Amino acid sequence: MILVFCELKEGTIRKPSAEALSEGRRLADAAGLKLGAIFAGASCAGSADAAKYGADVIYCAEGASLASYSSDGFAQVLADTVQAKGATVLLAAATAVGKDVAPRAAARLGAGYASDVTGLAMVGGKLQAVRPVYAGKAFATTSFASAVQVATTRPNVFPLAEKAGAGAAEAVAAPAGGFKSVVKEILAKASGKVDLSEANIIVSGGRGMKDGANFGLLEALADAIGGVVGASRAAVDAGWGLPHSMQVGQTGKVVSPTLYIACGISGAIQHIAGMSGSKFIVAINKDPEAPIFKLADYGIVGDLFEVVPELTKSAQGMGIGSN
Amino acid sequence: MKILVAIKQVPDTESRIKVAADGCSLDPADVKWIISPYDEYALEEAIRIKEGKGAEVVALTVGGEAARDVLKNALALGADSAVLLKGDGQGDAYAVAQMIAAYAKDKGFDLFLCGNKGLGGDNAAMGPMLAELLNVAQANVVVKLELGDGTFRAEREVEGGSEVVEGALPAVITAQKGLNEPRYASLKGIMAAKKKTIEEADAAPTTAGSCVTTLALPPERAAGRRLEGEAPAQAAALLQALKDEAKVF
Ligand SMILES: Cc1cc2nc3c(=O)[nH]c(=O)nc-3n(C[C@H](O)[C@H](O)[C@H](O)COP(=O)(O)OP(=O)(O)OC[C@H]3O[C@@H](n4cnc5c(N)ncnc54)[C@H](O)[C@@H]3O)c2cc1C
Ligand SMILES: Nc1ncnc2c1ncn2[C@@H]1O[C@H](COP(=O)(O)O)[C@@H](O)[C@H]1O
Repeated sequence: MILVFCELKEGTIRKPSAEALSEGRRLADAAGLKLGAIFAGASCAGSADAAKYGADVIYCAEGASLASYSSDGFAQVLADTVQAKGATVLLAAATAVGKDVAPRAAARLGAGYASDVTGLAMVGGKLQAVRPVYAGKAFATTSFASAVQVATTRPNVFPLAEKAGAGAAEAVAAPAGGFKSVVKEILAKASGKVDLSEANIIVSGGRGMKDGANFGLLEALADAIGGVVGASRAAVDAGWGLPHSMQVGQTGKVVSPTLYIACGISGAIQHIAGMSGSKFIVAINKDPEAPIFKLADYGIVGDLFEVVPELTKSAQGMGIGSN
Repeated sequence: MKILVAIKQVPDTESRIKVAADGCSLDPADVKWIISPYDEYALEEAIRIKEGKGAEVVALTVGGEAARDVLKNALALGADSAVLLKGDGQGDAYAVAQMIAAYAKDKGFDLFLCGNKGLGGDNAAMGPMLAELLNVAQANVVVKLELGDGTFRAEREVEGGSEVVEGALPAVITAQKGLNEPRYASLKGIMAAKKKTIEEADAAPTTAGSCVTTLALPPERAAGRRLEGEAPAQAAALLQALKDEAKVF
């Protein structure tokens, strides 16, 4: 069996989890295996949705001890379920929770782990993973020495595929509690927008923005085309009041949107490390020699303070953000 | 309080990446090795705890002879002692976690500080694996850490904000940018480090988890297109192209 750990948000499957499930279904079909989804929490309401993405069985660990996330508690649930159901592959999305729990569960299972993968295949009944390494300058194909194989899937890379599965619900036991560390409080930021790592369109600004207040121009463009705003490290570190959570790059977020628009960003390797996986890259820069143009599918040599407002105006005219 | 800081030596991002003749590893010829930047935050945090409430700080790396450099640097910055565990520190994170766990077990560490990922390999796995192998608490991608009496409170970065994790010591904490501002080594520190010794031990045998079978360079990106004209014309042409060619909208 291929088992996929799924996260719920307000009673619906999170998109990165649905992507991992979709990929799990493809792998299960290729290897002639069953696909299981595993949920954990105080309530697993909404887990039935996993059937839409092909789950044959939906396991739910429901209990008060799982009301708040705990690394050791959730790792225990995942490892126990893998063992009880004889799963050979455990997948999770490479989200904040997925990246926290999957390696811990892997160690508990004595299993190898491939993180933040961008490609998966079943070869001779074994999982094979492809992941970018060295700032995206190389790709490593990884295979596993252990019987159980654990991987996290990079959000926005694996296509969603709706394919009805049997979706038989089955309860699994929640641990008693007494975990070693527990989430006590969520300190959420006000923005209700999707996180950069999950965004489909990103408009990013760099040192060329000159000032934090000018990021309003990028917000306006992002709003017009249904995107969210990111930044280079130079912009985040400039003391313009931009939070580190906006930073794209090697020491920031790794993003893989359909469209990435870099405004006033030179294209340093550490920035590219975070965004080279974007499907389409647009660069707006007044320096025709800026390295970012080597990467760009579409380049505009020009002053971003002229180009960006024009883009916003035209996009609004075309009614792009509304679909 | 006894703190173990795990430091990984990694290729500098600016290094040219070439695949070795074996087809699955990095050709080290032109590589400049540095301490993984996240590990600098981990080390700085340990030194601040030492300065604040007193602690013994041990820096450890798994690697070969060349990895001594990162340990010398850690000693110069204020670590009390350093350990070179001889073994493959660049490969499988599960193997490295087993080596460090085998070394640290029964040595009475209260806190394990790591980077949230080792640059380049980007596994982001050693810390949580170590926590599981030692059966202790963990908090990952931490931007703020407070220690109580046998407890910790950590703020960690999550999508759209941060969350507070509380737990009991011993614990593995993996550092994220923002945790602190790492210092530079002082001349005094560098001199003092010369008197400190680096303990050396062979890493314990391990069970393999995963291995890289092929390392390949990414395909070249097709040449892009420049959009000509004044700003309004460029803007219109871009949106049209994104709509008709790229089908983004
Ligand atoms: C260990 C380490 C980790 C790092 N991690 C990251 C990371 O995660 N993310 C990251 O981004 N960087 C990172 N960096 C920094 C990186 O090396 C670069 O310094 C940084 O990306 C530069 O940001 P920038 O492109 O905004 O600024 P610059 O390189 O200064 O480029 C600004 C660009 O704006 C253009 N410009 C100026 N005015 C205008 C205008 N009016 N219209 C159009 N264009 C204009 C200029 O031509 C120039 O190309 C890291 C560095 C190190 C050493
Ligand atoms: N060879 C190593 N020696 C010491 N610490 C390591 C080693 N490899 C990884 N680590 C630690 O584990 C963290 C995460 O590494 P990784 O899982 O490889 O991304 C690093 O930031 C280090 O703190």
